[in-house]
Amino acid sequence: MSSDADELEVSVWRGDNASGRFEDFRVPAQENQTILDVVSWIQQHRDPTLSYRYACRVGMCGSCAMMVNGVPRWTCRTHVKVALKDNRISIGPLRNLPVIKDLATDMDPFFDKWVAAEGMHHPSRTRDDAIEQINPEDASRQEANKGIECINCSVCYAACDTVAGNDDYLGPAALQRAWTLYNDAKDAGKLNILEAVSGKGGCHNCHSQGGCSHYCPNDLNPMAAIAGLKRASALSFFKGRK
Amino acid sequence: MLTVRLYMLQRITALLMAPLVLGHLAVMIYAVQGGLSAAEILGRTQGSVAWFLFYGCFVVAVSVHAAIGLRVVVHELMGLKGTLLELFTWATAAGLFLLGGRAVMAVTLS
Ligand code: HEM
Ligand code: SF4
Ligand code: SF4
Ligand code: FES
Repeated sequence: MSSDADELEVSVWRGDNASGRFEDFRVPAQENQTILDVVSWIQQHRDPTLSYRYACRVGMCGSCAMMVNGVPRWTCRTHVKVALKDNRISIGPLRNLPVIKDLATDMDPFFDKWVAAEGMHHPSRTRDDAIEQINPEDASRQEANKGIECINCSVCYAACDTVAGNDDYLGPAALQRAWTLYNDAKDAGKLNILEAVSGKGGCHNCHSQGGCSHYCPNDLNPMAAIAGLKRASALSFFKGRK
Repeated sequence: MLTVRLYMLQRITALLMAPLVLGHLAVMIYAVQGGLSAAEILGRTQGSVAWFLFYGCFVVAVSVHAAIGLRVVVHELMGLKGTLLELFTWATAAGLFLLGGRAVMAVTLS
């Protein structure tokens, strides 16, 4: 196929977990064009049955992540020029998740692990109590702040080799959420969190290679959050509570 | 496949091994430079409680540390899990302990 600067050579995964293949398309190149624009163009002009997921198109909702030329990316904010290799792009469903169809993955395992990591609020007060005052300069608040911009896109989960090798591993996003809540003065579930992240799928399985932090589109650092959980659970271990 | 307990065991044994490795290397270099023969070395180690404890600790630490480390590797790379994974872990620990233990006995028992 000759490479035409006016057109991109795009191959898109069609199928599900059980079977599938990459299908080739030629897509008009634009000066300003995201990977999601390319996928949408194919669906609107070539094949209306192409399945994929997105909502906000501005990097807020976390629903559009896919594998682009082999690496996980948020497609609505990934410029084609950043990802293009020899005028070619391959676009596939996110790694480490079951594929429903084409580019749409089943994100249930990802969210189930958030819950398993106790990544939910454990209230410390009732509605009848006064709202707790939080000092924004507080060290633990600052630590918690580092993780709050997570958009649940699962890019880190797709990047993680430990997730690929260990089905139980909770993964970087869920563990980062656990660490955020662990540092939240308004969260009363510290021990529940430590217990949840200390099992066979817990934070101790992380090899600290940093794929998660490298690919996180929001420049978050789940690897550092996991290191925090390891420290906290080690201290707790020495104090005799597991 | 690491719980906090296995993780701590692996780190503690690693911490234990770091000075033991250095001690082992230092004594080795000292003994070689001094021109000690095997018989002279054995003469000093055999019957020595200190050397028994030094290398005994080493063998226990390696057995625990390597068994846990290899457990992670075979789980993540080869998919071994459940009872098989437990068996593998214990067999590795026991195997290393027997091998190392035999060597320690030979060198330190009089
Ligand atoms: C001073 C000596 C040693 C130190 C400080 C040390 C330290 C460590 C540490 C920190 C890890 C965890 C790595 C991770 O979780 O990603 C590890 C893993 C491991 N160690 Fe050691 N180690 C030592 C000696 C040994 C020896 C003698 C053996 C084998 C006979 C061994 C075999 C392993 C294996 C197989 C792993 C698993 C690799 C992994 O989990 O990625 N280590 N070691
Ligand atoms: S640092 Fe830990 S969580 Fe992040 S990609 Fe590596 S193993 Fe996964
Ligand atoms: S940590 Fe980053 S990559 Fe992972 S889900 Fe959150 S925003 Fe996405
Ligand atoms: S569509 Fe919402 S983050 Fe991309």
